[in-house]
Amino acid sequence: MRAGDGDQEDHVNTSVTADRIQLAERAYRVRRNSVLMGEVQGQGYVAQALDIADVLAVAYFHAMIYRPDDPEWEGRDRFLLSNGHYAIALYGALIEAGIISADEIETYGSDDSRLPMSGMASYTPGMEMSGGSLGQGLPIAVGRCLGLKRKGSKSFVYTLFSDGELDEGSMWEAMLSASHWKLDNLIAIVDVNNQQADGPSSQVLAFEPLADKLKAFGWFTQRIDGNDLDTVIAAFDAARHHPEPQPRMIICDTRMGCGVPFLEAREKNHFIRVDPHEWQLALAALDEGRNA
Amino acid sequence: MSTITEKPRLKTSAMIASIAAEGQRTKSAPFGYALVELAQTRPDIVGMTADLSKYTDLHIFAQAFPDRFYEMGMAEQLLMGAAAGMAHEGVVPFATTYAVFGTRRAYDFIHQTIAEDNLDVKIICALPGLTTGYGPSHQAAEDLALMRAMPRMTVIDPCDALEIEQAVPAIAAHKGPVYMRLLRGNVPLVLDEYNYQFEVGKAKLLRDGNDALVISTGLMTMRALEAADLLRKDSVDVGVLHVPTLKPLDVPTILQEVGRSGRLVAVAENHTEIGGLGEAVATALLCNGVAPPFKQIALPDAFLAAGALPTLHDRYGISAKAMAETIKGWLG
Repeated sequence: MRAGDGDQEDHVNTSVTADRIQLAERAYRVRRNSVLMGEVQGQGYVAQALDIADVLAVAYFHAMIYRPDDPEWEGRDRFLLSNGHYAIALYGALIEAGIISADEIETYGSDDSRLPMSGMASYTPGMEMSGGSLGQGLPIAVGRCLGLKRKGSKSFVYTLFSDGELDEGSMWEAMLSASHWKLDNLIAIVDVNNQQADGPSSQVLAFEPLADKLKAFGWFTQRIDGNDLDTVIAAFDAARHHPEPQPRMIICDTRMGCGVPFLEAREKNHFIRVDPHEWQLALAALDEGRNA
Repeated sequence: MSTITEKPRLKTSAMIASIAAEGQRTKSAPFGYALVELAQTRPDIVGMTADLSKYTDLHIFAQAFPDRFYEMGMAEQLLMGAAAGMAHEGVVPFATTYAVFGTRRAYDFIHQTIAEDNLDVKIICALPGLTTGYGPSHQAAEDLALMRAMPRMTVIDPCDALEIEQAVPAIAAHKGPVYMRLLRGNVPLVLDEYNYQFEVGKAKLLRDGNDALVISTGLMTMRALEAADLLRKDSVDVGVLHVPTLKPLDVPTILQEVGRSGRLVAVAENHTEIGGLGEAVATALLCNGVAPPFKQIALPDAFLAAGALPTLHDRYGISAKAMAETIKGWLG
C-alpha cells in the first residue's frame, strides 16, 4: 500500500526500523490467517504459505500500490499468483490488506466460498489470474506488462511462481520474451523452497545455477533469503528502482513451514501433513515467534 | 515386360498450397486487409503472432500498424498467455498462428488464461483441417472438436474471402473469446453471389433443394455449392445450409431446414468426423426428436497422408466432385 497518487491514504514509510517492525507483524498475521484457513479444511499448502509470508508482507505492505476498497483500480500494481495452490497464502495477505474480510476465513475451501483451494480470478477480489495450471503466470505477466506500456501506465506487474514451475517450457518462453521486450515494469518472484510434488525440485529437474541462467537471459536478478525481512525489503526496493530497461527477478530461497519450528523440522514434502491437534500448536508457535 | 510410361508430373505438396480451383475468383489476404480497416476505428485492437505473420496475412496489419503488432516468436503458449494478459489490460488481441499449434499445442493456455476469464481474445488460425499437404504435423483435422469442447469459446469456420472480411468486425464486436479458422493468401470468393451477410451464431440457407440438404461449414460450403451444380446436371436437387458458427450452433435454423421430411441430410466439414459439425448437428437433431436420413462428409479418424491437396481432397472425399459422387450414391 505504498503511497501512490497522493490522494490515497496509504501506508507511508516513516523510518526503516518502523517499517521493518510493522512488516514483521504483517508477516505474522499473514501466516496466522493461512494457518487458520488450513485448520478449516484440516489440510492445505500451509507450509508453502509459511515460507512465502515474508515476501507477501513486503509485496503488499511495502512495495505495491493499490486501493483495498477498489481492487480493480486502474492505477494499482498487479499481482499474479501463478502457483494457484499458494492461494491460501495470498488470501492471508488479501485479508490482512483489507481486500477480503477476515470473516471469510472460516469459508476457506467450502462450497460457494470466495476462497477456493486453488486461486481463481473470478472467485476472489484481488486475485488477478486463475493459476494452478503451472507455468502460466509469467506468460500472462508479459502480456499485462505490454498492455500497461501501451496505456502509458506506471504500474508494476508482480508475479509469484514456484521453483517447480521452472520445469515448464512456457516459463522459459516468457523469460526470453520479457527480456526481448525490455519489460522494466515486470517484477517476478520465484519461491525456491526446493520442493515439488515428486521431491526436491533441484532433483526432479535440475534448474541451478538459476541466477546465472536468468542473468544470461537478460534479467536484473537478485538471489536472497526469502525469510529475512530486511533482505526482502531491500530486494523489492532494488527491483522497483533498478534503472536499466530489463525485467526483474527476485529468487527467494525459503524454508517451508517458516515460523512454526515443528513444521520446519518435519520431513520435507510438497504436501506437509498436519495432524488435527497441531493447528493450535502451530498458532501457538507463531505467537511465540511474534513475541520473541 | 518393360514398357516406358510417361512419368506423371509431380504435384506440389507445398504447405501454402492454395485451395482455390483453377479459374476461381479470389481475393488477396482478406483477413489482413479487413483487420487493417477495422483497426482504423478500433485503437484497442492489436495483432500478435507466433512467427507466422506472413502465413496468416497478419503482416498486412503489421505494415499498417507497426506499433500495434507484437511478434511473440515461435512460442504458442506464450502467445496465448500474453494475449490474455493484454486483454486483461483492455486491449483486444487478434492472435494468429497455424491451427495445429494454436489448438493442439497451446490448448491449456487458451482454456485457462483466456476462456476461463472470458477474455476478449480473437484466435485466428490458418491451415484448418486438410489445407496443406505437409502431413499431420500441419493438418489441423481436429481443431474444431477441441475448440468446441472448451467452455465459453465461440467457434467459426468461414467459407470464403467475403465471409472472412465480414467476420473480422463481427467477432471484434462480439464479447468474449473467439476461435476462427482462416483461409489465407489468395482466397476464393464465392458468397458475393449469394447476397450473403455473416452474423455470429447464424446459419444461412444459400440454396434450396428437394432431394438432399447439405449442412456445411468452412470451405466445404463452397464445395457443396459446386457439388450441387454438378448434381443439378443429373437432375439431383441439393440444398445448402451454411453454418459458419459451430458454437453456438444455430439450432433453430437447422431444425427448420431439416424439418422438411424425406430429404437426405448430409453434413460436410473440412474436419475429422469426430467432434465437429456432423456430431453437433446429429446431437441437436436427435435431442429435438428429428431423425432424417443422415450422412457425414468429413475427414476420416486417421493421420492423413502428405501429398498434393487436390489428390488428398479427392482421396478423402471432400472435393466437389467426390462429394457429388458420394451424395449421388447415397440417393441411389
